[in-house]
Order: sequence, then C-alpha cells, then structure tokens
Amino acid sequence: MQDAWIPLALSLKVASWATALDLLFGVAAALALARWRSGARDVVDALLTLPLVMPPTVLGYYLLVLLGRRGPIGAWLDTFGVRLVFTWEGAVIASMIAAFPLVLKSARAAFEATDPQLEHAARTLGLSETAIFFRVTLPLAARGILAGALLSFARALGEFGATLMLAGNLPGRTQTLSVAVYSAVQAGDDHTANVLVLVTSVVCVTVLLVAGRLVPQHTLSTSR
Amino acid sequence: MSLAVDIQKTLITRERKFELSVSFTGNCQRIVLFGPSGAGKTLTLQAVAGLLKPDRGTITLGGEPLFDARRGIDVPARSRGAAYLFQDYALFPHLNVRQNVGFSLRQGWLNPRAREVTRAVEYWLDAFELHAVAGNYPAELSGGQRQRVALARALAAQPRILLLDEPFAALDANMRERMRRELSDLQTRLDIPMVLITHDEADVAVFGDQVVHVDQGRVQNVAHDEALAVRDVSR
Repeated sequence: MQDAWIPLALSLKVASWATALDLLFGVAAALALARWRSGARDVVDALLTLPLVMPPTVLGYYLLVLLGRRGPIGAWLDTFGVRLVFTWEGAVIASMIAAFPLVLKSARAAFEATDPQLEHAARTLGLSETAIFFRVTLPLAARGILAGALLSFARALGEFGATLMLAGNLPGRTQTLSVAVYSAVQAGDDHTANVLVLVTSVVCVTVLLVAGRLVPQHTLSTSR
Repeated sequence: MSLAVDIQKTLITRERKFELSVSFTGNCQRIVLFGPSGAGKTLTLQAVAGLLKPDRGTITLGGEPLFDARRGIDVPARSRGAAYLFQDYALFPHLNVRQNVGFSLRQGWLNPRAREVTRAVEYWLDAFELHAVAGNYPAELSGGQRQRVALARALAAQPRILLLDEPFAALDANMRERMRRELSDLQTRLDIPMVLITHDEADVAVFGDQVVHVDQGRVQNVAHDEALAVRDVSR
C-alpha cells in the first residue's frame, strides 16, 4: 500500500502542472485562433491538434528527438542546465503536449460561442479591451474552458506512452501511476497492480465529482 | 446638441454587397432614423457609437470630431460617451441586475460584486423600479424589466448621447406602449439627446422631433415634421 502513494503523488503533481500550463497556453492560443481572420488559421489549428490523433509513442519519440541532450531544443536548454529527459519535468512536458488539444478545442469553441454584441456593449460602457476580456469574454467562456481543463487533467493523469518515452520509468522519480501499473503487471506483482488500479479509479471519480461542483450555479442556469 | 454624420461604408458578404452612404445633420434632442429593416439604420448607429468603422467621411458630436477618415481621427467606442441600447438589450447573462447597472461604474479588471451597494447604482435601481429584481439574473426577467435594466445600465455611464436600436421591437404591444411613454418622460426629464432607429411609425409620432428617412443605405429625406415624413414614406 505504501508503494502506491509515491506514484500517486507524482501523478497528481505532474497532471496538475500539465493542466495549469495547458490552461495558460491553451486559452491564449484559442483566443488567437478565434479572433484571427486568416487562411493559415486552419493549418495552425490542425498542427496544434496533432497530439490528439498521433500515437503517444510517436509523440514521445518526437519529444525525445527535440528535447534530448543532442536535440535542437534540448541542447539549447542544456546550456542553462535544464534537462527534461528522465526527469519529472519531462513527464510534465509530455503530459502537457498530449493533453493540450483538449483545452484548445474546448476554449476555442467557448470563445466562438460568446455573443460579440456583449463585448460591444462593454465597449460602449467605457471598458478597455483587457477589462472586457476579464469581465465579459472569460467569464462567459469559463464553463467551456473548465470542461476542457478537466478533460486535460484526466488525459494528463492517464498519459503513458509519451511519458514513458521522454521521462522513462524511474521508481520514485518519473514512475507515474499508469507507468507503475504497467511495471507491476510486467513484474507479476498482482497485489501492487490491484492497489494501483483501485487508487487510479478512485482518483478519477473524485476528480469528476469535484469538477462538477466547481462550475458556478448561475452560469449553469443562464447558459441555456 | 448637434450630431453631424457623413459616412460611406461598403460591406461585402457572400450573398450581397451593401453600400452605405448616409449624410445628415441632427440638431434636435430627439432624432429618429426611420426606414425598413435592412436599410442601413443599425450600421449608421453603430458607426456613431464607434462599433463600426466607416471607409470614408466624418462624424461630429457637439462640435467634437468622433471620426474623420481624412484626418485619421477615430475615437474608440469606450471614449465616445455614446450609450447604446441594443435591440435585444445585450445584458450580461453572468451578472445580476445590480451588477449590470453598475457595470460602467467600475473600470478595472473585476466586475462589481453581486451585493455591492453604491449610491449611483441605488439611484438608477430606484429610477427604474428595479429594486425588487436587483439580485436576479437577466434570464429571470420579463421583457419590460430587461429593457429597464439596459436603460439604467446605459444611463449610469453618464453618456452624452443615447443611441437606441429598435428599443421596442422585442416587446409585446401593451408593453411597447408603456415603455414608449416611460422613455419619452425619461428623455424629457434628463434632457439627454437621443437617436432612435425604428421601422414603426408609432415611434416616429412620439420621438420624431427630427426624422431622417433612410432606405437602401441612403438618406431619402430629413424632416422636422414627423407627419410629413411618415406621409412621404407611406406614399
């Protein structure tokens, strides 16, 4: 039982970081895509959606090539002493990229569904564009963004392929829940596997229940 | 206050091309832009508010240029002091009545709090008899209440001019009559200049100190006698 807590804590840490970063970049990218009037928009959207359809191992391989110590980005990061391969930060990057399209898609749909007339109204009431974003656009899109963040957290929690490729399977350092389950089964350790699977299931149900409560009530009643 | 509009704008959509070329000078407190739907009335009003940028021309309010294509002047909508009442009111669905009314009184990145009581908001809630529904959300209000909230929200910003886009179109017949009277009284009491657009002759009769008849993107005539204008149109 003791053994289950370490990968659980690591998984929660990795998934939380990945979701936070996805929220930041996903919302920014979604806003840009929703406002951008250009033919290149669909190409950029397709590129950013790739992680959703690519096999996670292929994604992981790309990341390994790019972020490895001899990779173009990895070599540059290495000059600052930052190493992503075989570290928990690497697991964050892998989960973040894998779950990114989920936030992007939900947030873009949410931004495109907000009535531009409400932003016009705020403009005539004297608000700056930044204030309009925080007071009108973002609150109206919040429900969709939250739904995306929830999916992204679940995806990051379950991330296996890309994480294994980039961060490896180091117990206590990069061995997340889903990787630990695989290791336990491979080693024939059914007891640990059972515990880990049970813990994972409980965490997933808890996440879903908590997220259901996060959505403000009046947003639910008015966004029919 | 005088409002001088002389603008051109070409709008191209997949279905059609629309040429807006509107020119009039209003010097009454109540100006009505009258014409059938699709005539370009809303586009004209949006240009005055700063929500639509004309290709060419000028817009002047009380001697101050709001837009001048040649001189490169385009005062942003937030600084024009023009309150805009949208046809379907455009109330913020995530904010209650109190927050909607007080929306412009707080300029930062945060909305007013749901129970925040300020003197200005209380004044406008009183003026429009909205105290009973102050904590309600727009989805819970009747058509007449929504319009009152939209008016209170617009006036709380202390605008220099009130722009109304078909303000009674979304109301049923009884309510329309009543709100027409309310708005007329209010305008007289506050003495705020207003531009109202409508396709309803009854609105022209009540608010048409000066009637600008718009059709197919152009001003057909400007009249100070509403009866004349209406007769002219229905000829």
